[in-house]
Amino acid sequence: MDFSFLSEPAFSGGGTYFDWVLTGIKWTMLVSLCAWVIAFTVGSVLGILRTTNVIWLRGPATAYVELFRNIPLLVHMFIWYFVMPEMVPKALGTWMKTGMPMPEFWSAVFALGFYTASRVAEQVRSGIQSIPRGQTNAALATGLTMPQVYRHVLLPMGYRIVVPPLTSEFLTIFKNSSVALTIGVLELTAQARTISEYTFRTFEIFTLATVVYVVITLAVVVLMQYVETRIRVPGYIGTGR
Amino acid sequence: MFTGFDFDVIQRSLPYLWQGMQFTLGLTLLAMASGIVLGTLLALMRLSGIKAMSVPAAGYVNLLRSTPAILVIFWFYFLVPIAIKHISGDSYAQGIGPFHSALIAFTMFEAAYYCEIIRAGIQSVPAGQVNAAYALGLNYWQATLQIVLPQAFRNMVPILLTQSIILFQDTSLVYVVGLTDFMGAASKVAQRDGRLVEMYLFAALVYFILCFIGSYFVKRLQQRITPPR
Repeated sequence: MDFSFLSEPAFSGGGTYFDWVLTGIKWTMLVSLCAWVIAFTVGSVLGILRTTNVIWLRGPATAYVELFRNIPLLVHMFIWYFVMPEMVPKALGTWMKTGMPMPEFWSAVFALGFYTASRVAEQVRSGIQSIPRGQTNAALATGLTMPQVYRHVLLPMGYRIVVPPLTSEFLTIFKNSSVALTIGVLELTAQARTISEYTFRTFEIFTLATVVYVVITLAVVVLMQYVETRIRVPGYIGTGR
Repeated sequence: MFTGFDFDVIQRSLPYLWQGMQFTLGLTLLAMASGIVLGTLLALMRLSGIKAMSVPAAGYVNLLRSTPAILVIFWFYFLVPIAIKHISGDSYAQGIGPFHSALIAFTMFEAAYYCEIIRAGIQSVPAGQVNAAYALGLNYWQATLQIVLPQAFRNMVPILLTQSIILFQDTSLVYVVGLTDFMGAASKVAQRDGRLVEMYLFAALVYFILCFIGSYFVKRLQQRITPPR
């Protein structure tokens, strides 16, 4: 393995190949984090709605989850990037095609964010539903209203239960951000492929990209294990006593 | 919103899309079958008491699970021809074609995910079953194949099928190496005829219907085999 090509100036300008790798990491991070903001907020709302007894809140949330998670992410990407500008009013569509800054980036963020929201919703729902019904009943019996039960009993418990599955959803969004290369976002995997085409150092550059993904995954896992131990609910399985 | 919507382009390209769908289904079923076999072996290795078995298996699974599917597809596209030249010793050896490269990539990738499901399934079999099998004089393979795995698989079938639905969706990623699966066919027609809206919405609809029906049956199956609480 010879990594010296990384310090060579890139074939088509824009600094050295190493700078390209850094740019790739930057876009991977930006796409993942922005999409996670959407996924977490929308997914939380949908997940909570799915646990309510009100059918006209639960129904649409269920429909959203079923619609979004049964379509591959690649199709989501293409729909946000190619189809959306044609479906919205003409003036907006023209702006999306010609005036909007970084159209690939925002399409990727929306596609990945709204797709992952359906998966986050399922995790939040199962977290809330795993809380024994007695807790809701007890809270209601002490005179709390239903919104108060959610605010003070179900959500504080539920979110602590779903930290591990949400961590793996975050890692999934981070890996899935590579699908953004199909609409032209130059994230890490895209940069690795381009560099391998220019330099024929395929083995080295793919190894480097893989190592970056593994390191970021490990960092997130270690960080979340720390968070998990800090927010554990005493007296539950997994607290170690 | 649907003015100027050209349904005819879908009808005209149906035979071509069906070819793509056959590719997708073939790739999904073969990768599922070989992925489950490889995943079972990995799970047995991970659970083995022998360090030389469990450490490499754990390393493989964790490595593949932290790498994006697209990067894995690129890896195998690059590695498979090299491996073939190496094995055959013929530097002009023909490749095995894009379908088989994709199949190997998805098998190796999904095996890591199947492994974790199967490992959990094996661990859910009560230890008394294994002890009883050994007490009867069965050896490791007899106990594993006749006692542990049948019970483990019965519990795991719904999760394995759910993972296979995800695999079915993931196969659309072969688009990145230019293969003509269902999505590849749809996007080739879309770009040839300039009918992106129609083709991508149609592709979304087809994937949705198939995956929705698939998940519905998995849910039914799960309700049937879960003992009432």
